[in-house]
Amino acid sequence: MSIWARLAAACLMLLAGAVAAQDRYPGIGRAATPAEIAAWDIDVRADFTGLPKGQGTVSQGQELWEKKCASCHGYFGESNEVFPPIIGGTTADDVKRGRVRSLIESSDQRTTLMKLSHLSTLWDYIRRAMPWNEPKSLTVDEVYAVTAYILNMGDLLPGDFTLNDQNIREVQKRLPNRDGLRPFPGLSDVRGKPDVRNTPCMKDCVKGELKIVSSYPENAKDTHGNLADQNRLVGPVRGVVTVAGAAKAGEVSASVGAALVRKNGCQLCHGITSRVVGPSFREIAQRYAGDVGAGARLVTKVKTGGSGNWGNVAMPPQSSIADGDIQSMMLWLLNGAR
Amino acid sequence: MMAKPAHAGRLRRAPENFLTREQIVDVQSGRRDFLRKAFVAAGASLSVQAWAQGSAQPKGDPAILELPAHSHTLGLPVAERGYGLPSQYERNLARRESPGLTRVSAASVSFAPLQGLFGIITPNGLHFERHHQGWHDIDPATHRLMVMGMVKNPKVYTMDDLMRLPSVSRMHFIECGANTGMEWGNVAVPTVQYTHGMLSCSEFTGVPLKVLLDDCGFDRKRARFVLAEGADGASLARTIPMDRALDDVMVAWGMNGEMLRPENGYPLRLVVPGVQGVSWVKWLRRIEVGDQPFATREEVLHYVDLMPDGVARQYTWTQECKSVITTPSGGQTLLDRGQYNVTGLAWSGRGKVRRVDVSFDGGRNWRTARLQGPVLGKCLTRFNIDWTWNGGPAILQSRAIDETGYVQPQKRQLREVRGTRSIYHNNAIQSWQVDATGEVRNVHLG
Repeated sequence: MSIWARLAAACLMLLAGAVAAQDRYPGIGRAATPAEIAAWDIDVRADFTGLPKGQGTVSQGQELWEKKCASCHGYFGESNEVFPPIIGGTTADDVKRGRVRSLIESSDQRTTLMKLSHLSTLWDYIRRAMPWNEPKSLTVDEVYAVTAYILNMGDLLPGDFTLNDQNIREVQKRLPNRDGLRPFPGLSDVRGKPDVRNTPCMKDCVKGELKIVSSYPENAKDTHGNLADQNRLVGPVRGVVTVAGAAKAGEVSASVGAALVRKNGCQLCHGITSRVVGPSFREIAQRYAGDVGAGARLVTKVKTGGSGNWGNVAMPPQSSIADGDIQSMMLWLLNGAR
Repeated sequence: MMAKPAHAGRLRRAPENFLTREQIVDVQSGRRDFLRKAFVAAGASLSVQAWAQGSAQPKGDPAILELPAHSHTLGLPVAERGYGLPSQYERNLARRESPGLTRVSAASVSFAPLQGLFGIITPNGLHFERHHQGWHDIDPATHRLMVMGMVKNPKVYTMDDLMRLPSVSRMHFIECGANTGMEWGNVAVPTVQYTHGMLSCSEFTGVPLKVLLDDCGFDRKRARFVLAEGADGASLARTIPMDRALDDVMVAWGMNGEMLRPENGYPLRLVVPGVQGVSWVKWLRRIEVGDQPFATREEVLHYVDLMPDGVARQYTWTQECKSVITTPSGGQTLLDRGQYNVTGLAWSGRGKVRRVDVSFDGGRNWRTARLQGPVLGKCLTRFNIDWTWNGGPAILQSRAIDETGYVQPQKRQLREVRGTRSIYHNNAIQSWQVDATGEVRNVHLG
């Protein structure tokens, strides 16, 4: 260490001592370094404060999309299989108006582009949380590219467009729902004024007959399982028996398998009854029904990866899942995936 | 007043629980030898049922007369379970997903079983869950909290640092903004677990956020909002206005006397009393001080309240005054006519609950319920009221009033202003219909 460096270090220590002496809580916490702040300060505000320099083209975005996004969101961002759709429900007229007409009194699915009022929000979210199973793995330029491709799919950007930190402000002005949000002090301010009023009437508060306008339907009683199994066995009430003979042999181990399927994210590619990227679990169960050796073969297949038995997309190897867990999942699968 | 019951003491149906689930499974899978043992074991409870239904056994209750095994054998030693568990007979009370609500269980909800809980504190293992990109069990030794933005001294705190600061413990409810969200248009789910179960209440321990903001020297002139951000894959982020941040917001590690559970943000989460659950950022890693709200994904695409004119309300933080009867409630059956302690929960994001009224005739007439102490601000309050069920049809409702004088609205009043597509902030009065067999059903009144 040179004399200057030593001198500087001594000065710093003196300075630190002086600051610490003023601290209300001496010795608690330390200064964040610029590199640490840069590593975590990833948010981008509506006015694009925090947006890093960079750029990406629609075609780069398309390539990334097909590799990393389409399996969940569909090739055109339209898929409703895993997550609600991203694209759809907006018109050229909405782009002119800045408000999405189909949000008025429509009970249809709301897509991301129908709701999006700030482009910063889309950019920020892709960067912090996407892709689903590898969040924060995209580079800044890749985030620009994917954002550009999404807007291209929504007919907001031409196919030869390059989105960057400069022109993003202009692109913001094309968002179909850019004027679709408003503040509501009633629910944001600590002393906000409520918008709905009731009065504490105590006697004869209903004029005329009581009208039941909606009631839990008799034929849907079992949708949430056997309610008798969701209530205590003693006390003033019992749960209603909604599934006759609810406990069945094998239920315990099969439900372990079902839980593992959920835990391991298998449904990103396989629906219970519908195809996503790979076949549905019910299809697989059907194909191997009565096949005695299928269990062992499927365990190996899950471990080492599939070969495209059900279509062009091969299943990647799931080498990180324990053998026992794969066996439990296959037991659930071959029992009919229920 | 209701008439005296004509057949008090009559058991309408015998609870069919003399075989355990395991025994039923064994019997159904053909283990005949097990049947004999099962019936020997079940003998005592069988005769309890017979006695309770009034047939024979004049000498008394065999549950009293025939000493059970636990009264004449040695029990288990201490520390048999290093971390205690509920009784095996309580397994039915568990967190559950609502089928069909979400398609990806890492971005889903599990509901707390309100139908079986007592008092106001939610047991930690039954606290509702909402994750946006799955949960992790984070090593507290490597967890860091950074406070930066409009501050003089941006700082990094370890858990060791935070837990040396002057801490406070306070009881607060947490309710998801989308609680009861499935019920805006019509009845959609059968029980209180699914209508209201995105609700829990705990004693949280931590350091007031104000202490940390002061410690870093936040810009008192310009600072208007803070951003709270999680360390999970989603790095979920929410804006908190400065007046709340300096009031009762806490950076918490403790929950009901122990550390937070991983599903609830271990080792560190934000506690934002009275505000919807999504703002209580879990696995908290960063606080940024700023002069504008941050318009994150959960403030632009979700957690905005769509109004009938197609415009959505943004930054709707407050959970307004609300209540629900938890016993009896949807999907339950009353055992018999006669006395019931009708009980439920009331809460308000604006302060204390002042009063709860209960109606047994669909809102025509109301009686004021007993509030059970403690009655705390932005905390669940338990209410109770006696009711004699005379066997006739009834519709049970509860209506809470908070200290600001706000009265929990009827469904109709809420819909008149906000329509039916807002998803969030449905705090309407809940109706439970009791039919002549004692079965309770979720209904909406016009």
